[in-house]
Amino acid sequence: MNLVLESLHRRPRLVAILLAVLLAALPFLMGFGLGNAWLRVLDFVLLYVLLAIGLNIVVGYAGLLDLGYIAFYALGAYLYAWLASPHFGLHLPFWAVLPIGAAFAGLFGVLLGAPTLRLRGDYLAIVTLGFGEIIRIFMNNLNAPFNLTNGPQGMNLIDPVSVAGFSFGRPLHVFGLTLPPTYFHYYLFLAFTLLAIFVAWRLQDSRIGRAWGAIREDEVAAAAMGINTRNLKLLAFAMGATFGGLAGGLFAAFQGFISPESFTLWESILVLCMIVLGGMGNIPGVVLGAVLLTMIPEALRYLGDLQRATLGQVVVDPADLRMLLFGVALVAMMLFRPAGLLPSRQRRREFAAEEGLAEQVQANLYDTRN
Amino acid sequence: MSLLSVRGLKVAYGGIHAVRGIDFEVAHGELVCLIGANGAGKSSTLKGLMGLVAHGGEIRFDGERVHHAATHTIVARGLRLVPEGRGIFGRLTVAENLDMGAYIRRDTPGIKADLARAYELFPRLAERRAQLAGTLSGGEQQMLAIARALMGRPRLLLLDEPSMGLAPLMVRKIYETIATIASEGVTLLLVEQNANLALKVSQRAYVMESGAITLSGPSAELANDPQVRAAYLGE
Repeated sequence: MNLVLESLHRRPRLVAILLAVLLAALPFLMGFGLGNAWLRVLDFVLLYVLLAIGLNIVVGYAGLLDLGYIAFYALGAYLYAWLASPHFGLHLPFWAVLPIGAAFAGLFGVLLGAPTLRLRGDYLAIVTLGFGEIIRIFMNNLNAPFNLTNGPQGMNLIDPVSVAGFSFGRPLHVFGLTLPPTYFHYYLFLAFTLLAIFVAWRLQDSRIGRAWGAIREDEVAAAAMGINTRNLKLLAFAMGATFGGLAGGLFAAFQGFISPESFTLWESILVLCMIVLGGMGNIPGVVLGAVLLTMIPEALRYLGDLQRATLGQVVVDPADLRMLLFGVALVAMMLFRPAGLLPSRQRRREFAAEEGLAEQVQANLYDTRN
Repeated sequence: MSLLSVRGLKVAYGGIHAVRGIDFEVAHGELVCLIGANGAGKSSTLKGLMGLVAHGGEIRFDGERVHHAATHTIVARGLRLVPEGRGIFGRLTVAENLDMGAYIRRDTPGIKADLARAYELFPRLAERRAQLAGTLSGGEQQMLAIARALMGRPRLLLLDEPSMGLAPLMVRKIYETIATIASEGVTLLLVEQNANLALKVSQRAYVMESGAITLSGPSAELANDPQVRAAYLGE
């Protein structure tokens, strides 16, 4: 196994080709192997990867703890619904609506960022949490006096994505096969996810990425280096929010229906868990975290069947068990791999150095070395 | 004309007036020190100069008013602070810290030359360039903080208590370096509690007490001033 891994490591091109083939074939493997329900899960995996990549820019790169991230997802989704559903009678094409939604969410990212520039850590987390709730409550209540969001009923009949007259909303019949819409959405989401990964990856080691790293370490020192901390923090909020808004638009088009229920605090926390669990600041880690935290709860649904098969009845509701196992998994992770499953180079160093640091602090008190 | 001229600088935190309208100057190529006890307002003065805290009064750097400017634009003009407590990026390596020091510069050959110079000035940093800055000793961190500020080619370098928390041997080493930097033509404003050292290395000095400047003059004269000797030199 190690030999295989090693030889693969020496052939990055081969790995890329294999990965591309796997990603291209994945929906067919999933669809025919596990059923179409899993294909839908796969689509959600990609949406969550997109969200996690976006939040990672804010939290992982710039170190700004954002607990209201799902608000941008909501804004992107609602904007899509406003511009492409019978609600206002507007039916703009998706390629126009998606960028508008992303930009709209990005603008709100700046609006949230501006008043919170002076806040750090816990205080920032509380304000962003409040922001997330405000957006959700607005969506829940803006059905009167003017019906903007249709309130708790949500908005439905949202236009599906359609490319060159081919609608993603209907199944396709080819060669005697019926391909449900989940197939097309998979490739669409994959394209956007790969784009987001590319952008995030390029940002990481750029001038902007280094400045974010400095702000995360010590904001005053970063300013003393000549970094425009205000603009860069706003940029981090805006970039993260843009990806969130993009994911929201895709979500609305995919579901055809959105309601405030999809945008609760729990969703924000889930996305944050994905990046913490996977490895904050490291793209492969973040992707892995999103994949695991979306797939595992789905897989745990089978626990009901398992109980029925072995015990003859469902003793513990799988839904309850899922949350329990989820909690246990998180606690175990923090104990055994506090830097995440695939930590970034820097965070790995941090955690490895932590013990050395403590000794050093002690030594510094009595610094006698010359 | 002086490089830095400050008129009526005030810094207040809520109702507490840390700096109560002080005037001072730093000329090109000078090494000036600002001495005073704990809480005299020395660090607040430097933070005010850098635009890191809200402040009143007029600050002119090279003839231009900078008192309304944001910190990063002040840095871009050539004012650099080595903050109290060093403010190094503990979780970046020594080399990455130095790299951040040159953040606003784009002249790659010049940065390379300055990096080589920094390692020459502080051979210990060269030995530890791949080490996390947070694992350095206090004195090494202070060296790194100074070297990092120099990477920005400052026209005026502000040093906030470089001797703080260091062993006497290390303090001497840091001060030797400060003298070397000054002899190379970098203008310095040094804030110190350790009046003895600061007066020895500097040309002119200001004495600060509860937010106001009470004495000023050539360092050699102040070192012999009975008031200063009694208050700061422990005699």
